[in-house]
Amino acid sequence: MENEENKIDRRSFIKWATIGWMAFAAVVAGYGSLVLRYLFPNVLFEPKQSFRAGFPNDYEIGKVSERFKDSNGVWIVRDTEKIYALSTVCTHLGCTPNWLESDNKFKCPCHGSGFYKTGINFEGPAPRPLERFKIALSDEGEIIVDKTKKFQQEKGEWRDPESFLTV
Amino acid sequence: MSENPEHKNDLLHKLSQTQVAKAIFRTGIPQNRRQRMMIMLNNVFLHLHPVRLPKHAVKVKYTWCMGGLSFFVFLVLTVTGILLMFYYRPTVEYAYGDIMDLKEQVPLGIMREIHRWSAHLMVITVWLHMFRVFMTGSYKPPREFNWAIGVVLLVLTMLMSFTGYLLPWDQLAIWAITVGSNMAGATPMVGTAGPGSSLLALGDVNFITSSSDARFAMIGGRFIGEAALLRFYVLHCIGLPFIIMIFMIVHFWRVRKDGGISGPT
Repeated sequence: MENEENKIDRRSFIKWATIGWMAFAAVVAGYGSLVLRYLFPNVLFEPKQSFRAGFPNDYEIGKVSERFKDSNGVWIVRDTEKIYALSTVCTHLGCTPNWLESDNKFKCPCHGSGFYKTGINFEGPAPRPLERFKIALSDEGEIIVDKTKKFQQEKGEWRDPESFLTV
Repeated sequence: MSENPEHKNDLLHKLSQTQVAKAIFRTGIPQNRRQRMMIMLNNVFLHLHPVRLPKHAVKVKYTWCMGGLSFFVFLVLTVTGILLMFYYRPTVEYAYGDIMDLKEQVPLGIMREIHRWSAHLMVITVWLHMFRVFMTGSYKPPREFNWAIGVVLLVLTMLMSFTGYLLPWDQLAIWAITVGSNMAGATPMVGTAGPGSSLLALGDVNFITSSSDARFAMIGGRFIGEAALLRFYVLHCIGLPFIIMIFMIVHFWRVRKDGGISGPT
């Protein structure tokens, strides 16, 4: 190794080491972000967030409909003046409560939270009322529930006209 | 290597002089302290272990043997877990039925219970191991980094329990994981229900939604379903064991490098 031309001087060593490590870091960062994106698929095999829920006359006054509970996670409730879509996700830890017709309340089997027909919590550990979803009528007069927009009672959002359907 | 006349006619001695034995065991039969040390250093598995042990290190009264038992239970879990994988299919259609079959139709129906009991036991032994290490002050320098590795191993043990919890796919599993995974939704910044989730937004477009947050990355959907079962299965059977083994190797090796097991003072 007496050949002067084969010797690497300090300056070019640092230069190439920097370029090398920066290229390595770029590849790791690029591939890492692709892997992160890989965890979020483009197509979900889940029910749509927005769905058609029949016509207002399908729902009896004073009744809680469980028609879309299993498929879409929504109760459709009609009272004397309006229809609203209640989320089936308990506000305590996220289980699905049961509608108990005879007791006139929603009761969560996990930790015993209870909610009135309106969604207001009154017993058990649930800290706030069930959420309501955006509900509207299509041009054909069909009910459309949009789960991407939610309304929370404790924020005063149940007064929002999008959160109920006047019938 | 050794020319001790007393052992010349031993069968063991003769075997140790064959080329096969010499090729596999470089040190030969240990005759002195140096060779005993060389055996430990020349073997990839034994070199993780200290060359010499102080007398108190094998005293159950002092160590409770909980670290060793944790490792033993981990080995039981690995063997029974691999055996369970021959019958279990991680899909919504088959998972629960396969668990029932493992109990009622497959020979040795206790296999799944051995795995489950061992899993409970491992959490207990790991906890008792940490308790012993804490009470004997063995976390103090120079062993403080190994304590940190041990905390990572505790977390990994609990993640193994958490991911394994979902696999039977019964009501308890589904709702326990529903409740547990909702915690991920409350992660600061990257969980929809967490503080600061609205900060990661460009104008009106919020990047952290129910289909793009930390909870979603873990369960692969908006609720516990097919994707969650598969992700937890892969993490339980491959991902987490791979990581936990790396940390265990470092953990054992650091016991040796940090001056061997701590002693009573």
